[in-house]
Amino acid sequence: MNLNQNRAPIKEALEEFTSRRVVPFDVPGHKRGRGNYELTDFLGKACMALDVNSMKPLDNICHPVSVIAEAEKLAAAAFGASHAFFMVGGTTSSVQAMVFAATKRGDKLILPRNVHRSVINALVLNGAKPVYVNPQVNQNLGISLGMSLEDVKKAILENPDAKAVLVNNPTYYGVCSNLKEICKTAHENNMLVLADEAHGTHFYFGKNLPVNAIEAGVDFASVSMHKSGGSLTQSSFLLLGKGVSEGYVRQIINLTQTTSGSYLLMSSLDISRKNLALHGREIFKKVIELAEYAREEINAVGDYYAFSREIINGDTIFDFDITKLPVNTIGIGMAGIEVYDLLRDDYDIQVEFGDIGNILAYISVGDRERDLERLVGALLEIRRRYKRGNAGMLTQEYIEPIVETTPQEAFYAPKISLPLNETVGRISSEFVMCYPPGIPILAPGEKITVEIVEYIIYAKEKGCFMMGAEDENIERLNVIGKI
Amino acid sequence: MDLWFSEYHTDSVRFSIKVHKQLYSGHSDFQQIDVFKSREFGRFLTLDGYMMLTERDEFIYHDMIVHVPMAVNPDIRKVLVIGAGDGGAVRELCRYDYIEKIDLVEIDELVVEVSKKYLPTTACSFHDKRLEIFYQDGLKFIRKCTDCYDLIIVDSTDPFGPGEDLFTKEFYGNCFNALTQSGIMVNQHESPFYKNDANAMQRAHKRIAETFPISKVYQAHIPTYPSGHWLFGFASKGLHPTNDLNPAKWNSLGIDTKYYNTQLHYGCFALPTYVEEMLREVENERE
Repeated sequence: MNLNQNRAPIKEALEEFTSRRVVPFDVPGHKRGRGNYELTDFLGKACMALDVNSMKPLDNICHPVSVIAEAEKLAAAAFGASHAFFMVGGTTSSVQAMVFAATKRGDKLILPRNVHRSVINALVLNGAKPVYVNPQVNQNLGISLGMSLEDVKKAILENPDAKAVLVNNPTYYGVCSNLKEICKTAHENNMLVLADEAHGTHFYFGKNLPVNAIEAGVDFASVSMHKSGGSLTQSSFLLLGKGVSEGYVRQIINLTQTTSGSYLLMSSLDISRKNLALHGREIFKKVIELAEYAREEINAVGDYYAFSREIINGDTIFDFDITKLPVNTIGIGMAGIEVYDLLRDDYDIQVEFGDIGNILAYISVGDRERDLERLVGALLEIRRRYKRGNAGMLTQEYIEPIVETTPQEAFYAPKISLPLNETVGRISSEFVMCYPPGIPILAPGEKITVEIVEYIIYAKEKGCFMMGAEDENIERLNVIGKI
Repeated sequence: MDLWFSEYHTDSVRFSIKVHKQLYSGHSDFQQIDVFKSREFGRFLTLDGYMMLTERDEFIYHDMIVHVPMAVNPDIRKVLVIGAGDGGAVRELCRYDYIEKIDLVEIDELVVEVSKKYLPTTACSFHDKRLEIFYQDGLKFIRKCTDCYDLIIVDSTDPFGPGEDLFTKEFYGNCFNALTQSGIMVNQHESPFYKNDANAMQRAHKRIAETFPISKVYQAHIPTYPSGHWLFGFASKGLHPTNDLNPAKWNSLGIDTKYYNTQLHYGCFALPTYVEEMLREVENERE
């Protein structure tokens, strides 16, 4: 087979297919857009013409044998993986597939608590037990970090029956754990390693960046191509390391994956993979330059702290992803979420997220220097207009959880709804998180403490967008208990 | 030969000038730059296909963007001009002997080079010793200045290209910070007539009004700009554009102008009702 990265088999097949002007007596019912004028007008004819069903010339995502299979091989080669699955349900679907592939009901999974909700959702669905390794916290920045290697070793020693270790590579803020050593230790103890690489696609292509998960030796890596890789939202890759059975993982994926995989999403993965394979190095060189420039300028403004590699400590911050642009805002006396809101409402600037102490600007190849000038100019203005003392501000983004039961048992247990301030001491049966970043403050099966309730109230006051609970205003929480 | 330059003022309205000769065409890092010669309007400069100035009517624009603020505050000594690589605003400023310093910030060096070569009418004062040119992003330049200028002239292109940054709230805020206590900011304020221009005009006014205690708008008639009805913004930390005008003082300077005069100064702040309403609408949106 020709592993020429200039090729894009799905795109080529779609081009060939559309040129044949096939008469559609199959789904989708919009029939190349002719049946839905408003939508066609809005999205464009070309887009609608490519929204087609799986068929022989275009292969089938559930059981690829031709063009999708070829595209998967090219993607695997580009990432150095033994196999790459095209995923159309977001990186959430990749994360869930790897958790399902590695664990089943009752199995233990070692993981840091600052994971994306998709990981704990997977545990609700399959009934595996989380063994949390508490990520350390940087007190000045108020962010949770990577896992300490010693803590992972200790967790492995105390839980020799655990099936796998899950690692963020990197965290939303760009912090990496010592993934190579974690892989080594886990493998020595017959455990698999799963990497959530939602924020690490560029590690496979750029220079001067942290090690990517496949190179570090993981067994599974979930890669959000649609973040730094440039494909359409909701498209993702699940990569396999050496010796992992492709067939079994495919079965797992097909448990929950759509049978009508979108060719818009798949072709976007195919074309973006080609682009990164051919131009990734120069693309991410540019991204690094932009991020470094903005960091320097923001730090020159004063009071803000756009942190970078200087926070590396050899363990819980084993490495730092310099394409990320997190900015700590505590110095101007404002919560990150407040700065985030001002940037959007007053300055028409949308950053990725704001939390209690930080904002994160996502820098990519699509950015222009003058857009960064706007961000810097706006931060300067916000400081000039709003700077105040920072007494009484919460800085902590992370609260250590007390796990009482598994997420699945807690989620499905008989439960009652209580007003937030009456829940202290109870066990939560649902999630509470700020989104973004989507890292749970509280997960099913965890004990509700005074600290957690105070944090929820504070985050709501500051304007965080909270979700996860049945009561969308988070005035009440579902806790385990008889009615 | 029937060669025409056309600019779409809306999707269904266009403005055309018969071209006698194309003098220059080139592409910088930022935009497409063209200079044409026509019988009716003389030489004219376009950026990305949008009309910037013609020899025939540029005096209107440059008179109004310079002399209005200069007449309100006779103590202006330090001036910053952003954009304006054609040199027209600088030419008018250089007529005031008492101005001590003129900083020109233009992102595109090629605009200045092309203007020097093909537009001698406007680019005639680049040799003035008080002038210093900075080829950089206006937003980047301004954020490093505090209490530096008595007057900032924002002579930008439309907010749909490299000039976009110069219509942002962060830019206006950074300008406020760069002005002295009696500082004035004057800006190219788009037109109230066609919808897209009018939206840009309203957005700019809202942001300026949120930033400056005094924010007024004045008008001029510029034949080659969309609809011919063009606006300028006058924002200051305290000086009022008409109450603080001292006509006798400005007239005593003996500056000869073709469009501006102190009677017109009072008149140009009187706006059509629909424009007043558009401005009030966004002023009322302020928190």
